Amino acid sequence: MSEHIVPLKTNVAVWLVLLVLTGVTAGVAFIDLGPFNTIVALVIATCKALMVVLIFMHVKYTSERLVKVVVFSALFFLLLLLGLSLADYATRLLV
Amino acid sequence: MPDSPIAVEPHSPELRHHFADMEQQREASSLGMWLFLATEVMFFGGMFCAYLIYRLWYFPEFAAASKSLDITLGTVNTAVLICSSLTVVLAVRAAQLGKRHDQVVYLALTLVLGLAFLGVKGVEWTSKFKEHHIPGASFHFEGTVPGHPDQPVDQQHAQIFFSLYFAMTGMHALHMVIGVGIFSYLLYQAWKGRYTPDYYTPLENSGLYWHFVDIIWIYLFPLLYLIDRKK
Amino acid sequence: MATAAITAERENYLNQEYGIKSWLLTVDHKRIALLYLLSITFFFFIGGFFALLIRLELLTPAGDLVQADTYNKLFTMHGQVMVFFFLIPSIPAVLGNFLVPLMIGARDLAFPRINLLSWYLYIIAGIMMLHCMLTGGVDTGWTFYTPFSTAFSNTKVIEAGLAIFVSGFSSILTGLNFVVTIHRMRAPGMTWNRLPLFIWAHYATSIIQLLGTPVIAVTLVLVVLERALHLGIFDPTRGGDPLLFQHLFWFYSHPAVYIMILPSMGVVTEIVPCFTRKRIFGYKFVAMSSIGIAVLGFLVWAHHMFVAGISLYAALIFSMLSYLVAVPSAVKVFNWTATMYKGSITFSTPMLYAFGFIGLFLMGGLTGLFLSALGIDVHVTDTYFVVAHFHYIMVGGAVMGYLGGMHFWWPKISGRMYPEALGKLAAMIVFIGFNLTFFPQFILGYLGMPRRYWQYPPEFQVLNVLSTAGATVLAVGYVLPMVYFLWSMRYGKIAPANPWGASGLEWTTTSPPPTMNFERTPIVDWEAYDYENIPAPEEARVAG
Repeated sequence: MSEHIVPLKTNVAVWLVLLVLTGVTAGVAFIDLGPFNTIVALVIATCKALMVVLIFMHVKYTSERLVKVVVFSALFFLLLLLGLSLADYATRLLV
Repeated sequence: MPDSPIAVEPHSPELRHHFADMEQQREASSLGMWLFLATEVMFFGGMFCAYLIYRLWYFPEFAAASKSLDITLGTVNTAVLICSSLTVVLAVRAAQLGKRHDQVVYLALTLVLGLAFLGVKGVEWTSKFKEHHIPGASFHFEGTVPGHPDQPVDQQHAQIFFSLYFAMTGMHALHMVIGVGIFSYLLYQAWKGRYTPDYYTPLENSGLYWHFVDIIWIYLFPLLYLIDRKK
Repeated sequence: MATAAITAERENYLNQEYGIKSWLLTVDHKRIALLYLLSITFFFFIGGFFALLIRLELLTPAGDLVQADTYNKLFTMHGQVMVFFFLIPSIPAVLGNFLVPLMIGARDLAFPRINLLSWYLYIIAGIMMLHCMLTGGVDTGWTFYTPFSTAFSNTKVIEAGLAIFVSGFSSILTGLNFVVTIHRMRAPGMTWNRLPLFIWAHYATSIIQLLGTPVIAVTLVLVVLERALHLGIFDPTRGGDPLLFQHLFWFYSHPAVYIMILPSMGVVTEIVPCFTRKRIFGYKFVAMSSIGIAVLGFLVWAHHMFVAGISLYAALIFSMLSYLVAVPSAVKVFNWTATMYKGSITFSTPMLYAFGFIGLFLMGGLTGLFLSALGIDVHVTDTYFVVAHFHYIMVGGAVMGYLGGMHFWWPKISGRMYPEALGKLAAMIVFIGFNLTFFPQFILGYLGMPRRYWQYPPEFQVLNVLSTAGATVLAVGYVLPMVYFLWSMRYGKIAPANPWGASGLEWTTTSPPPTMNFERTPIVDWEAYDYENIPAPEEARVAG
């Protein structure tokens, strides 16, 4: 995909951050944040996923715009499935 | 009479002849793997959709059932997969730097970590079996709604959580098993010296697959294990 | 003629190697296309056989040919076979596989071995489906609605579900191959805006195959698990929601109908300019409309669920989105028409099919708009109106496009011309048979005849008899091309490289093409549909 070789330091740093965030996710679950528990957990998960995609999977360094389009499309259509289904479920009891 | 074809230039033995050159082959393979991963996003996405709906409908039962999962094992497994993603990255890096021995070490480590993950999963599922949390005829969930010790959990709603739990972690585990198979093959090929700075495409693309399976778990962990641990 | 004899014996993909192994282990996209051609034709006749039994039962108001349960199996298996084993693969796996590399100037698809794997997956799925049908069949409707399919049906739901699951992977792999090929393997100079619109149509189709099929795959997994383990995910008596199944099912199955129609539209877009001797009107609009249909097609699925129990607000949203998705289809119809305006039209067999497509697709599409309107849908949903609507698109549209494409590219595929008079005759028979079969069904549906019923009130008999008569005529129209295509392989006139004077790289190589497609990689420096500069066939023949 590219000739760029990610520095070892970057990879190790990402690994450490991922481990720390895992611990944080588990720890925060025991703290009462009301409805924000779920949001915090998902935000952290998304940060972790982004780091894996951008650095481990090289998307940050690729010159291929097409790869980014593919990743974005997959997420877009997933959100479409979830979101438009919710359009039904969230409004069922209203009428 | 047609002219004889253009003389074929010296090329890597790995070049497949419908491609013009190695770069085209590499770019095609890479795009192919990314598209396949997009299909996998939608495949798991269907189960995430079912999960989303039922979590909204049956939150108390989902919370109670989630608490019955072993958070230590779940966290450990998440860490194991994260480490395995690092070893995959280092294996690809070793190929890029032409280090055959390092490739083999990192690929072997990846396999060990992957198998460790599956082992822990096996332990978790066994304990679920013993607690009668596997959906089916002998399903029975002992427990109350978190924060409401007098409110027993609706068995049907709890069973739905576990149906989705086993479907999602089962599908994830199946993908891990396939990954272990692929990486066993890669380990063998790497040991034979097949992957060099000029050709490491299978390593790179299989790495993408492995990272993807890791990402699925990164979402499964909080969604399944950490629904409501406050109470 | 001496030249004809040499042409016939020149080495090409058909005669390069003989023997069953050279076919079953081929990685040549052209041979794989023919393997698919044989398989899907086989399943077409299986699905057609079920259709004939349905129409025979419906000749009389009473349920007197088969039992009710058997009737349920007939329409279920007709639907499953036609949708999953004929319509979805048809044009992409046959014409797409054959033509995509040729049209873009490549030697093969990006992943030839995956192409062969996709065919084997299709065959495995087909064998599973055949076994299922022979050992009892399924009676849930092709839509597998829960909880009937998961908890109450006594038929082979699991086996059918697994068969379709496997066929889905065949579809995904075909789509994956096409997208990578179109992005990475175009010949020098073949820019996106010079691509034949057939390629744009297949690109759009492939996007749907990639993003939609996995959802029905996982849904079928859940159905199989639920049925086998008595879970409750889709069962209201066990805490589940049957509508969740429908949401997941239709999330794929609506875009699936665009998988079935987009390639046909691509075929028509190749045929019309050729037999009008004119550049396609509005190239960019047609290209973008294909992408538009693919994307918008994912936004409308719950219009299959208007009366199922979704919220009124969701129904409103999906109704409005369904109106929107008609726009890009209309764009295509306008562009085909505008292309023909002041053109020099030849009524060849492919062009007859193209005309049939445009008219019948128009009717099917417009009646789709009727169904998108909530008020009308409440009245006609689950009646023969819906059945007529989708058959106008699938049979009047997709199948006619497929047949038109088969005739158009037959000289390229086989090196032979089919008999033109018989071709025209068959096209007319198909058109007449089709309308006789399905137009009465619009009326029946509007009058209230429900679909999937094995009996009906006696006042509906006349229209049903007309419909069955039409089906018989239609069957004749379908059998004819099979006969004369086979005949032509031995006795047909030898085809030149470009018998129609058509544009497109596939016509610059021999008929049939050599295994590697081109003697040397083409370098493209002309625009698509360059009809001002391509001599019409008569002139070409005289000059040659």
